[in-house]
Amino acid sequence: MNAFAAPADESAISEAVRDASAQNIRLRLVAGGTRSTIGKPLKDVRSLDLAANAGITRYEPGALTIEARAGTPIREIEAALAAENQMLPFEPVDHRALLGGTGEPTVGGVVACNISGPRRFLSGACRDFLLGVRLVDGRGRILKNGGRVMKNVTGLDLTKLSCGAYGTLGIVTEVSLKVLPRSERSVTLQFAGVDVPQAARLFARTITTPFEVSGASWMNGIANLRVEGLGMQVDYRLSKLRALFPDYASSVLEGDAHHSLWAAVRDVHVFAGGADSVWRVSVKPTDAPKLVAELKTRLSARAMLDQGGAVVWLAVPSDSPDQAVIVRGAIPGGQGYATLVRGNDALRLSVPAFQPQHPRLEQISEGLRRQFDPQQILNPGLMAA
Amino acid sequence: MSTIQMPIPDPAVVERKTELLRSLAKILPSDSVIFEEHEVRAYECDALTAYRCPPMAVVLPRTTEECSAVMKICSTLNISVVPRGAGTSLAGGSLPTADSIVLGTARLNDVLEIDYDNRFIRVQTGVTNLSVTARVEENGFFYAPDPSSQLACAIAGNIAMNSGGAHCLKYGVTTNNLLGVTMVMADGDVVEIGGVAMDAPGLDLLGLICGSEGQLGIVTEATLRILPQPEGARPVLIGFDSAEVAGECVANIIRSGVLPVAIEYMDRPCIRVVENFVKAGYPLCEALLIVEVEGSEAEIDLQLEKIIGLARALNPVELRVSTSAEESALIWKGRKSAFGAMGQINDYMCLDGTVPVSELPYTLKRISDLSKEHGLEVANVFHAGDGNMHPLILFDANKPGDLEKAEVFGFDILRTCVDVGGCLTGEHGVGIEKRDLMTYQFNADDLEIQMQVKDVFDPSWLLNPTKVFPLDMSAERRRRTV
Repeated sequence: MNAFAAPADESAISEAVRDASAQNIRLRLVAGGTRSTIGKPLKDVRSLDLAANAGITRYEPGALTIEARAGTPIREIEAALAAENQMLPFEPVDHRALLGGTGEPTVGGVVACNISGPRRFLSGACRDFLLGVRLVDGRGRILKNGGRVMKNVTGLDLTKLSCGAYGTLGIVTEVSLKVLPRSERSVTLQFAGVDVPQAARLFARTITTPFEVSGASWMNGIANLRVEGLGMQVDYRLSKLRALFPDYASSVLEGDAHHSLWAAVRDVHVFAGGADSVWRVSVKPTDAPKLVAELKTRLSARAMLDQGGAVVWLAVPSDSPDQAVIVRGAIPGGQGYATLVRGNDALRLSVPAFQPQHPRLEQISEGLRRQFDPQQILNPGLMAA
Repeated sequence: MSTIQMPIPDPAVVERKTELLRSLAKILPSDSVIFEEHEVRAYECDALTAYRCPPMAVVLPRTTEECSAVMKICSTLNISVVPRGAGTSLAGGSLPTADSIVLGTARLNDVLEIDYDNRFIRVQTGVTNLSVTARVEENGFFYAPDPSSQLACAIAGNIAMNSGGAHCLKYGVTTNNLLGVTMVMADGDVVEIGGVAMDAPGLDLLGLICGSEGQLGIVTEATLRILPQPEGARPVLIGFDSAEVAGECVANIIRSGVLPVAIEYMDRPCIRVVENFVKAGYPLCEALLIVEVEGSEAEIDLQLEKIIGLARALNPVELRVSTSAEESALIWKGRKSAFGAMGQINDYMCLDGTVPVSELPYTLKRISDLSKEHGLEVANVFHAGDGNMHPLILFDANKPGDLEKAEVFGFDILRTCVDVGGCLTGEHGVGIEKRDLMTYQFNADDLEIQMQVKDVFDPSWLLNPTKVFPLDMSAERRRRTV
């Protein structure tokens, strides 16, 4: 793909878009490029490199807010937060292990794709912590929405709208995020020899307690609960949670073993490498076992559960387009969505990566894209069915 | 004369009233349509009572289908619709115009599904905020957003204004607790957005709907996240002799790593009135913080110990931990009655600007200076943990010119909020009240794109068309309804 421009800042990005628009050039938006294989492969595009527009612009630990230009590496943001014992509460997935990228994940990419990890079911998603954005739309207009305060209902919430739009409404140039304190202590309560139905019951039981379980994952017969809080609070919560399951043997992981476990869950290490197609399915947590069982039978799919079963990761040993209908059809009652996160170009060209919605909603989304980007030059068709 | 610009009704639309009523009678039972002059008066205003205007008619559908049928008629006749929850808006969000009808959610009050294992409840949106918690609390759950008006306000209005409350410091506001909606579009089409599974693919239309002030559609059903109740909760009262130090205390607590569920602030004028009204046992001081933490007894002690340590370092004039559930309830009763208590003694205008927490001390100082400049008293009671201020400007509605003076003062405060990096409204919405100030926070492009988004959902601008955007700016689009 040939490069179009590598603008240094927001006004240069706006100019580049105006140029592209004048020449009717379609743009592939890229910074670290670690998620460039998610969505429909783009045709006839030139790349707009957004990595240079970087840097933390303001960080106020006492206000729990951080602002940064979109090209800022996530690593840099997490390091700044860690120095103040704070964190991005939505625990964004690093897709490099799963998708094989080698670039540097940026905050703009995380926001544009609304990327969240294991803590999402307790704390909220990236979109829940996004307080404001600046955008350059397909006309080259520089737009701002939201701000840097936690409560804000001044006008329409285009901040959330642009989060997860994969750049198809506008290029995110600067973001403002709410952050949270890190817990004083964080440990894993682990149950071995657990099958998927047992894990689902275990999750339903624990995440409906007041003990603020902040991670609930299952893979290879092991269920993991993340328990956090002030030092002594963690002991208390562990004893309460263990008491709920007297029949299960449990153990506690701390320190490095604990941290690498949750990094592995977050980044789906279990499906790293290999050629399997990988799906991320959002479901009603109690429906997860039925979904997993059916897809094991029909597609020989392997599964990992995250977020208490609200997210099911599936590896399907096939690149046949038929799998899309089968995976989506297996979601009980149609109450959920399956996203193709990893698939070869041919598969992604033949099936929609993002689950098609009701035609009226697709029509609204298309209408919105036309307002922001009338010529459809920003990541054109990336989210298309 | 008010300082807020008001729309001029279109006589051609008013002339279609008979035709409208005839059509409505075909699709709704007679008790669902209100059109007699003395009856529609009950809907002439919301909680922003300074502004009143009876609508042509009021409809109170009981189902999504009825709501859809109403929208089809209004879209055919090009009649604009003002959605209304419980009418508790402080910003005039459901103020009718003379050429509109009001669509109220009062009879959409069924609970449709409760699922504890998957932690959600599905309701029709006319149910009140507090009744949602009431339905699930026996099983140990609650619905987190808790606006002060929660006894009366409807979920429909909470979604329209993205309502918050005291406890959203920990639990977030409505948008963070909303999983899905059933929405009637301006043309009567019914769509489902989101649902029980999290994070629907495609554009985040759910996030867009929440806080859209009834301008994109009419939300008739909602799936809400419910949460397990904490084992216990306890507030501590911390009094300071200056607003600046109280502000410093707030930032220190937040930075310390203990995350309270709520940090509320009250100043002397407010404390005095609330004490007379509720006898909550508040110390009379310049700045009072109510800080609440949750957990088991031991967990509460541990967190309070940290907070008290931080507070002591700043020499508080009062530091008192609640010793019983009764005392805690009374402390919260005082806070939640603050607006009502002020209303007993004075007319007031309640603002809702939000500022970065670090700017609280400066903003309080600036409000106090502006109070002297404008010659009107102000009382402050607000959610300090997230910088959402509620200055109450005291005025006399019977004194000619006082309301206008209060409005001008209020605009100055809101401009200050924007100047320091905040916004015009944190949880009450723009409504009509802050419409004319939108150009202060946003430039023409920022507002144009928002109106372009409304164009997609409501091309004829039938839904609550005179709200949020400055009237001059939306005039051309609103003419499409004619």
